Amino acid sequence: MILTARDITKSFGEAPNQAYALRDVSFAVDFGEMLYIVGPSGSGKTTLLSIISGILRPDDGDVVVKDTDIWKLGSDALAGFRLQTIGFVFQDYHLFPRLTTLENVAIPLILRREPWDKSLAAARKTLQIVGLAEKESLPPYKLSGGEQQRVAIARAIVAQPDLLIFDEPTASLDGDTGRKIVAFVKEHILNTQRAIIIVTHDSRIYEYATRIIRMEDGRIVPGAGADHEK
Amino acid sequence: MNGLLRIALKLLLNDKGKFATLVIGITFSVFLMMQMTSMFSGILYQSASNIVNVGARMWVMDPAVQTPQNSIPMPNYVLDAVRSIPGVKFAVPFYVGAGLVKLNDGTYQSATIIGLDDASLFGRPTIISGNILDIYKNNAFIMVKDANYAKLGSPKIGTSFEINDHRAVVVALAHTPVSGLFGLPTLYTTYNRATQDLPSTRYLISYLLVQPKSTRDIAAIEQQVKQLGYLALTDQQFIARNDRFYEFQTGMGTNILIMTLISFLVGLSIAGETFYMFVLDNLEHFGALKAIGAKSGELIQMIVFQSLVVGFLGFGFGVLLSSTMIAIGKMKIANYAAMVTYENLFLALIMVLIISAFSSYIGIRKVIRIDPFDVFRG
Repeated sequence: MILTARDITKSFGEAPNQAYALRDVSFAVDFGEMLYIVGPSGSGKTTLLSIISGILRPDDGDVVVKDTDIWKLGSDALAGFRLQTIGFVFQDYHLFPRLTTLENVAIPLILRREPWDKSLAAARKTLQIVGLAEKESLPPYKLSGGEQQRVAIARAIVAQPDLLIFDEPTASLDGDTGRKIVAFVKEHILNTQRAIIIVTHDSRIYEYATRIIRMEDGRIVPGAGADHEK
Repeated sequence: MNGLLRIALKLLLNDKGKFATLVIGITFSVFLMMQMTSMFSGILYQSASNIVNVGARMWVMDPAVQTPQNSIPMPNYVLDAVRSIPGVKFAVPFYVGAGLVKLNDGTYQSATIIGLDDASLFGRPTIISGNILDIYKNNAFIMVKDANYAKLGSPKIGTSFEINDHRAVVVALAHTPVSGLFGLPTLYTTYNRATQDLPSTRYLISYLLVQPKSTRDIAAIEQQVKQLGYLALTDQQFIARNDRFYEFQTGMGTNILIMTLISFLVGLSIAGETFYMFVLDNLEHFGALKAIGAKSGELIQMIVFQSLVVGFLGFGFGVLLSSTMIAIGKMKIANYAAMVTYENLFLALIMVLIISAFSSYIGIRKVIRIDPFDVFRG
């Protein structure tokens, strides 16, 4: 297993206005999986994604990624762990408009203190993988939505992370482009050394999942291809 | 350069509008601060021109004297008394006064007349044309060839005019390190001629110029002169006394300080607000960097670096602009009183560092508080 989440509970606010976003959520992800977490707005998908990626601390429960209980790490160690192990593709991409496409892709390597030229060379190769080699010198705002998504994917995979986290990858794309992107990810990015977790409520791309977890009201719903719920 | 700082630099430079606003804001602020403080330094320096030009180690004066221009004459016995103080190598009388020069075309011009001790000519200027010994000739004066030289019709050796209804003949031209503050031409003559030709009070000596036998004797000389009822100061102490007069008793120092602070606040507000906007524009991206794995310390490093880059660029351009303006001023305006000193530069640099630190602080506060979870929440 690359990731095991056990009894995750998370609430926001103080009593009596305390609201539970997640209650005792447990699941596991294996290498080679492309796992979807789906469900309606407010079901706790994004909260779960933030907790398993080491961004939001749970009230209770453990998250073990590659044998490391991530919430036992200090904040700097956790940041370092994310950098080494997890690649992120954000819903709004969050590409730096003042940097070139190539420099945007190289950021995780630069954060890892890799030399500048080596980082750009690796970014260039990754841009070739996502088919944007010729756009490397353009700023991201000169690219289409689909191209920006591919740049974000290139940034997520440039440092060869074991776990990729996608947050609503098709939310800003039309249906056809969204399907193409996800198909591309499954075909070229997913492999037996890596797992991909995608949070989405876009049913048009469900066909590409290897497994789907459905969430409602902060819990995993049994059935419908779902994992288990404790 | 560290890759992260390179990214920080590119983020800054590629936001051309804000980058230009930041640099121009700080440049303007530094320019104003430098102009104010340089002008004040120039005024102080030129107001102390007699002290610098004469080069005496110690000056004896009436205790009420604040600046070298406003002497209060002392009786002759003070000279004898000072000469008798142990530790005094020599002491000579020195005269500074104003004379009214009537030029050949009938016009009048005020001038500073300096009377040097007849025997030693101590404190004499550097002669650039003529012979210093000609100062002993009848009606002889030495003309200082500085920015105010032309005000006496650019006289040559042999030119004559009237000073306070006495005939005066230029016997030599001289150079002094510093021109006076008030734009008056300067003429040197002997102490005796100066005190004879220029109307004065019954006491004649403006200052006593004293050379101590050694530096160790200075304190004792100061003490003994004080017992005489007079004041003995080293040249540096006299310059400092003159500075304090202009700083605190004329209002000039307070006004310059206020203007400098206003310039600083202008820079602080422009740079602070623009840098804050710059950080706000990039805030969600900084949040994304945090989510990816950037540590808070690394983001702080980037922001501090960006603010220092604009700070130092603004400082450099501001100093360049100010120096250029002062250089042009000196070329165009005779006796332009402004000078860039290391103290001015240091003060402006400190102000810029405070501006950079403030800008960084407000940026860092925002970046530290951003929660990467917000990046997911959108």
